[in-house]
Amino acid sequence: MDHAPHRRRFLECMGWAGTGLLWTAGGGVMSSITLDQAAAATKKTGVKPFSFLQVSDSHIGFTKDPNPDARATFREAVAKINAMANKPDFIIHTGDITQLSKPQEFDDADQILREAGLPVFHVPGEHDMLDEANGQAYLDRYGKGTLGDGWYSFDHNGVHFVGLINVKALKAGGMGSFGQPQLQWLKADLAGRSSSTPIVIFTHVPMWTIYEQWGWGTDDAAQALAMLSRFGSVTVLNGHIHQVLQKVEGNVAFHTARSTAFPQPAPGQGPAPGPLKVPAGDLRGALGVRTVSLVRGQSALAVVDANLVA
Amino acid sequence: MFETLIRRTPSAAVAALAAVTLGAAAPAPSVTPHTVIQAAASAVTVTIGNFTFGPEVATVPVGTTVTWVNGDDIPHTVVAVDKSFKSKVLDTDDKFSFTFTKPGTYDYFCSIHPHMTGKVVVKGP
Repeated sequence: MDHAPHRRRFLECMGWAGTGLLWTAGGGVMSSITLDQAAAATKKTGVKPFSFLQVSDSHIGFTKDPNPDARATFREAVAKINAMANKPDFIIHTGDITQLSKPQEFDDADQILREAGLPVFHVPGEHDMLDEANGQAYLDRYGKGTLGDGWYSFDHNGVHFVGLINVKALKAGGMGSFGQPQLQWLKADLAGRSSSTPIVIFTHVPMWTIYEQWGWGTDDAAQALAMLSRFGSVTVLNGHIHQVLQKVEGNVAFHTARSTAFPQPAPGQGPAPGPLKVPAGDLRGALGVRTVSLVRGQSALAVVDANLVA
Repeated sequence: MFETLIRRTPSAAVAALAAVTLGAAAPAPSVTPHTVIQAAASAVTVTIGNFTFGPEVATVPVGTTVTWVNGDDIPHTVVAVDKSFKSKVLDTDDKFSFTFTKPGTYDYFCSIHPHMTGKVVVKGP
């Protein structure tokens, strides 16, 4: 890969035809372009796009209003992935795999995701920490090769991916939290890397404070973001709030993803977070998956979010 | 004394008392004095709803059994900051009870949604 410091990479979104919005950020200002324009840009660079997929908050085991069968909607999401013309290289699940951390829920989630036939990278949500041993069930299942509470990093085609845990050992009155051991590890993990390396951070709870009263933020995110500030392209992907929100701050783009199970209210809309009881006909429009792809030599950043409506 | 009372109370009566919340019991205009003492001393319910504990602060005599009931359609927990009590995960309508045998202030929170906090103030005899 090219390590020239002035060279910017960009993450580009490729959705399946006719669905989703393509967002680009040039100079920190978000704007939308069409998929045709994105495809044209890809041709111009002559680089085969590398893409991956984000799913989140499948809440397998959830059976209440507005979604009596979260397994079914998760299956629909996987069917969407299988129908894609350009296969993503892998899937990232940003947590709340299950509703109650029950073995059967994990089993069913794994079985459904396997139908996509792609490698899957996990980070846990708070719903995956509910076994008697406070998250050991998650670690036993997905923690192989990870450190501490399950954090890890890997490289793919020149992009550095970091999976962080911000749902473990939370403190009364606080929000999400990474904790010092994990932040120390992150510092060491990033230390030797070129600032031109595109970084993708994936974690469950948002790393920007969206709504403190509902715990929609991470208390010690600022320490992590300080370590990331020297990198030219940082993309933060998370779940937890079950809706698409985006923010660009310097070279860092934050993206929250939809759930495949149920939507939640907009920040501060109503008395509390929790399942938003939308009419049955509107449910699939509020659920979805996200595609992200990287093309070299462009100074723009983008992702595509698509709902489950055909 | 109050502990003795509740142990000897028939289970049906305990269930009925458990339904009396602290807020409802405090003014107690229409129940018998005997019931008021038992309700205030032996059984208090804290309802979890809309990601809050209600009442947020429950002041009770020593010996009171506090029962938390999850009325949300999202699971919650009840965990003491000093780790003196800790519920399993409470799904919708699940309950957790703890009997406070020592005076003091017990701060607790939901370990899944830590912005949810509450307090039990236990008064000595």
